[in-house]
Amino acid sequence: MSYLPYIVAAWLFVVGLYGIVTSRNLIHLAVCLTVTQSSTYVLLLAIGYKHRATAPIFYGVPVGSRAVDPVVQALTLTDVVVSVTVVALILALTVDIHRDAKTVDPDEIEAFRG
Amino acid sequence: MSWLLPLTVALPFTGAALGVALDHWLPEWVKQFPALVFSVATTVCAVLALAHSGSAPVHWFGGWQPKHGIAIGIAFVGEPLGAGMAALAGVLATAALLFSWHYMEEAPRLYRVLMLVFLGGMCGFALSGDLFNMFVFFEVMGVAAYALAGYHIEQLGPLQGALNFAITNSIGAYMILFGTALVYGETGALNLAQIGKTLAGHPPDALLVVAFTLILVGFLVKAAVVPFHLWLADAHAVAPAPVCVLYSGAMVELGLLGIARVYWTAFEAPFAMHAPDVRNVLLVVGIATALLGAVMAFLQRHLKRLLAYSTISHAGVMLAGVALLDHASLAGVANLVLSHGLLKGALFLAAGVLLREFHSIDELRLHGRGRELPLLGVLFGLAAFGLVGFPYVGTFLGHALIDDGGIELGHSWLPPLLMVASAVSAAAILRAGARIFLGWGPKHDPLLAPEPEEKPPEGRGSGPLMVVTVAALVTAGLVASVVPGLQDGTEHAAAHFMDRQAYVSHVLEGKPVDVLPDVPAVVHRATDASIAYGLGAAALTVLVTLFGLSGRRIPNVFEPPINVLKAAHSGIVGDYVMWLTVGTAVLGGVWILTLTRG
Repeated sequence: MSYLPYIVAAWLFVVGLYGIVTSRNLIHLAVCLTVTQSSTYVLLLAIGYKHRATAPIFYGVPVGSRAVDPVVQALTLTDVVVSVTVVALILALTVDIHRDAKTVDPDEIEAFRG
Repeated sequence: MSWLLPLTVALPFTGAALGVALDHWLPEWVKQFPALVFSVATTVCAVLALAHSGSAPVHWFGGWQPKHGIAIGIAFVGEPLGAGMAALAGVLATAALLFSWHYMEEAPRLYRVLMLVFLGGMCGFALSGDLFNMFVFFEVMGVAAYALAGYHIEQLGPLQGALNFAITNSIGAYMILFGTALVYGETGALNLAQIGKTLAGHPPDALLVVAFTLILVGFLVKAAVVPFHLWLADAHAVAPAPVCVLYSGAMVELGLLGIARVYWTAFEAPFAMHAPDVRNVLLVVGIATALLGAVMAFLQRHLKRLLAYSTISHAGVMLAGVALLDHASLAGVANLVLSHGLLKGALFLAAGVLLREFHSIDELRLHGRGRELPLLGVLFGLAAFGLVGFPYVGTFLGHALIDDGGIELGHSWLPPLLMVASAVSAAAILRAGARIFLGWGPKHDPLLAPEPEEKPPEGRGSGPLMVVTVAALVTAGLVASVVPGLQDGTEHAAAHFMDRQAYVSHVLEGKPVDVLPDVPAVVHRATDASIAYGLGAAALTVLVTLFGLSGRRIPNVFEPPINVLKAAHSGIVGDYVMWLTVGTAVLGGVWILTLTRG
C-alpha cells in the first residue's frame, strides 16, 4: 500500500490553509477552501482503495469478486453535496461584498475591528 | 418510543419545506404561524424524547439493526444530555420566533425557513450516534447559521461577519471530516459505539492522536474556545438579535456536546492511561477562554458584541467543566448550559428590543435612554445577575458543581479563576445595563472600542409580546438552580453519558441500560465552598461594575496587553485562520508528545 495518497491529502489540506491565510481575493479564498476540502476526498478514497479491485457495482460480476469500499465513496459524495452549499454561500457573500465595498480583498473590508 | 428521535429532526425540516411551498397561498396574517407551530411541535417532541431518555432509545434508520454486535446502519441515540440539548434548542428557537413576530421586515419567509433548518440541524447533531452524521448535521446547522448571520445582506458588516463565520467554521468541519476518515481507516466503523468497541484495546498511536486532535479542534471552533473563538463576536455582532439567542444558547454548547460525546464514546479507552494529559490541556484552554472572554466583554460598548464575548467566557467555564472528566462536573456543565442558554437568550432579546426602540445598540449612545423602559431594565438586570452564580440563583448550580469537581480533584486553584471570569463578564453586562437603563456613569469612556453604527433594519415587531418572551426566559433561567431533583437527575445522566461499556452493549447488543433511578425531589445540596465562591463572585461583580462606571482609567501597565488583545481581534479572516492553524498545531504537538508515551 502506497503512502503517496496520504501525503497528497495532508499536503492539500495544508496548502489550502496557506492559501486562505495569505489570500488577497475572496474568490481565490473560496477556491482555497475547496482545495482544503478536496484533501478529504483524496483521504477517503485512499482509505477505501483495494489493489486490483473493481468499482463497487455488484451487477453481473461473480460473487466474491474484490471491490473497493463503497462506504467512503458515499461519504465523499455526501461531502461534495454538503460543501457545495458552503462555497455557493461564500461566493454569494463575495458578490454582495463587491457591490458594497468595491473590493474583494479581505484585508480591505473594514466593517468592524476589535 | 424510538420514533420520537427521527421525528424531532424531521419536523423542523418539513416545516421549512412547507414554509417555502405554502407561502404564496397563505394570507398575510397566517404566514407567521406555520414556523411557530413546527417549532413548538419540535420542542414537544424533544421534551418527550427527554422524558423517555432514561432507557436511551436507539433508532436505526431503515430498520438496519446491528447484526452479531456489528453496526451496519445509522443510528440516533436518545440519551438524556443529547435529548436535553435538543429540547433547549427547541425552546430557544420557539422563543426567538415568538419574539420576531413581525420583527423581520425583509424576506421574513426566508428568515423563518432558515431558523427551522438551523433548529433541525441542531437537533440532528444532538441526537446522532454516528460520527459521519455528526459532521453532516454540523454542516447543516452551520450553513443555516452562516446565512442567518449575513441576513441583512445590504450592509457590509453582516457580510463580513458571515464570511468570517462561514470560512472558519467550514475549516473546522473539514478537520472533523479528516479525523473521521482517519478513524474510519483505523476501525472500519462510523457508529460511535462500534468505534468505541474497536478502539478499546487499541494503543494510543500517533495516527489516533492526529484524528483525535482534528475532531476536537473542529468542535472547539464551534464552541468558540481560544484561539478558535475569533469568529463568534463578529457573527453575533451582525446577526439579528433573535438569531444570536440560538448561537449563544445552543450552537456553541453543541460544540462542547460533540467533544464530550466523541471523547467518552470513542477515545476514552485508548487514552485512558493519559487522561490527566487530556484534562490538563483542556483545562488550560478552558480557563484561558473564560478569562479572555471576560476581559474582552468588559472592553466592548456594542451590546451584542459584549454579550458575545460573555458567551465565549461561559463557553470556557463549560469546557473547564468537561475537562475535569468526572460525572458531577459534567452534570454541572449540563446545568450551566441550561441556565446560561435561557438567561443569555433573554439578554439578546432585550438587546433586540433596544435596537427596535432606539435604533442603536451602543452602550454610550444609549446612555440613560432606557429609563423609558423600566420593565425591560429590571429584566435585563435580573438576567445579568443570574449569570453571576449567586447562591441558588441562575447559573449557581452549574458553577457549584464544577467548582466542587475541581476541588475534589485537587485543583483548588480552579474555582477562584472561574469566579473571576464569571464576575468580570457579568459586571460588563451590568455596567452596560446601568448605563443604558439608569443613566449611571459618564457618557464617554476611552476604554471602550468605538464601533460603527448599526443600521436598524429590523421591523417594528410587537412590543408586549417581545417583553413577555424576555420575561419568560429570565424567569425560567433564574429558577433553573432550584428545580427539585435537577442535580441528581443530571448527575445520573452524566454518569450514564460517560459509561462507554454500557453505551456500547446498549447500542450494539440491545442490552437495556440501567434505568435512571427515581430521584428524590431534593433541591441542590450546596457545599460551603461553592456558596462562598458564589458570594465572592457577587461581591467582585459589584466592585468591577462600579469600577466600569466610575470612568477611572485603568493603570498604564495594562494598556499594552489590552491593545494587543484588541489588535488580535482584527476582523480579517486570514488572521483568524492563522490562529486556527497555529492552535491546531500546538494542541496536536502537545498531545503527540504526551499521549503516545508508553
